[in-house]
Amino acid sequence: MSKPKLALYWAASCGGCEISVLEVNEAILDVADFFDIVFWPVGLDFKYHHVEAMADGEVLLCMFNGAIRNEEQQHIAKLLRRKCQVMVAHGACACWGGIPALGNVANREEIFDRAYFTAPSVDNAEKTLPQTSTRVAEGELKLPVFFDTVYALDQVVPVEYYMPGCPPVVDQTVAVVQTVMSGDLPPAGSVVGAGSKTVCEECPREKHDEKKVKRFRRLHLCDDLDPTKCLLEQGVVCAGPATRSGCGGKCVSVNMPCRGCYGPAAGVTDQGTKLIAALAAVIDSTDPDEVQQIVDTIDDPLGYAYRFGMSSSSLRRVRTHG
Amino acid sequence: MAQFEPRIVAFLCRWCSYTGADLAGTSRLKYPPNVLPIRVMCSGRVDPTFVVNAFRKGADGVLICGCHPGDCHYNEGNYNMMRRFPLVRKLLAQFGVEPERVRLEWVSASEGDRYAEVVAEFTDEIRKLGPLEWAPMMAPPPVQTAESVVTAK
Ligand code: SF4
Ligand code: SF4
Ligand code: SF4
Ligand code: FES
Repeated sequence: MSKPKLALYWAASCGGCEISVLEVNEAILDVADFFDIVFWPVGLDFKYHHVEAMADGEVLLCMFNGAIRNEEQQHIAKLLRRKCQVMVAHGACACWGGIPALGNVANREEIFDRAYFTAPSVDNAEKTLPQTSTRVAEGELKLPVFFDTVYALDQVVPVEYYMPGCPPVVDQTVAVVQTVMSGDLPPAGSVVGAGSKTVCEECPREKHDEKKVKRFRRLHLCDDLDPTKCLLEQGVVCAGPATRSGCGGKCVSVNMPCRGCYGPAAGVTDQGTKLIAALAAVIDSTDPDEVQQIVDTIDDPLGYAYRFGMSSSSLRRVRTHG
Repeated sequence: MAQFEPRIVAFLCRWCSYTGADLAGTSRLKYPPNVLPIRVMCSGRVDPTFVVNAFRKGADGVLICGCHPGDCHYNEGNYNMMRRFPLVRKLLAQFGVEPERVRLEWVSASEGDRYAEVVAEFTDEIRKLGPLEWAPMMAPPPVQTAESVVTAK
């Protein structure tokens, strides 16, 4: 009997999720034993036309990392969706847009302007810009259309499972693949490879639920942090209260605030506004002017609120009209 | 052209402000009909998520009213809202939503006239700002045309 087929793909991604797959070490051998890997641009030499030639539903599992930022990525997402039975949004980018979706603070024109004209490292006297179609002596060259907005995978195709993390921690990756191999699948729409609480609940730091913050501080400007106490209560923005557990408190155990890479905690529809409420809750003042001053010590609330989740946030992108 | 009629969502704490709004009605005070009131237990119940969702779903302005400082029936609720408020405004500004589109006011149960004034003033301000129209921001990606797709063979 032929083995079940597995496809892996990267769209608007950094490659970190791909590396995390390789980090499963010898478990990759079990995976290769169980599955026939039929598509994996980063690891194996299969082309798009190989996928196009497959029957619909022929692939059991597709692990799709990266967000959707251009037409090619949308096209491949739709193609793989047709060919696979189980689509897993693999990592923060596929789940909610991830880091690439921070580009939703701008649009295509602004991004191109920065990347090709105004960035200090750019030397582009001819004002060359990428074109979707270019005629050269050998024929026509094409590039995919770059969208104004970055989308999460489920904003383009239906997704069975969401696997959070930037990237997902290795043990969780192994557990998810083993679950699929066991055939005992959770209900569609589930978050897999993560916990059901918040990062705070797996954080080793002491938290007192007190209001003590008179100013928020950037981590690199603090030299007096108590390593045993909650970072947020010491004025360092930590996304733990709004973020799903599952990483084991990786960052907070090593003196780094949580950035929120496991996405919204269970029952939270918007990770960013949840974090905003948590930040407000530690402010030590009942005077509106003083509250304003304390809030002004946070330069970029949007960046903290939606570092990994602009695409799936309530407002998705900044306004482009009016 | 017809005058732009703003759609305003108002979260009113049930103990003070909702009663104040009721009083405005029973006193037959005149004020603009642009507000959709939503009764909440306390202004502290107004999660910032409610505010962004109102804008996403078509509101042009969001009004939050609670008991005066010191009068909250849950002691701290209105202070909690007051601490969230400048952060919510700052976040909205980063999204390109004018911070003036969200407003926080204290209205007691006996201040029907004040409620009517606040609504009139706010409606006027939002009318000047014009429609927000968030729906286009939530549009799906452009539909692809066969020839614009790159397929590496
Ligand atoms: S989720 Fe993180 S590690 Fe994975 S592709 Fe996106 S940025 Fe990279
Ligand atoms: S806010 Fe951050 S540091 Fe504080 S308990 Fe939660 S995860 Fe730990
Ligand atoms: S602590 Fe937060 S940012 Fe760090 S790995 Fe866990 S969820 Fe991600
Ligand atoms: S009960 Fe009115 S603001 Fe809390």
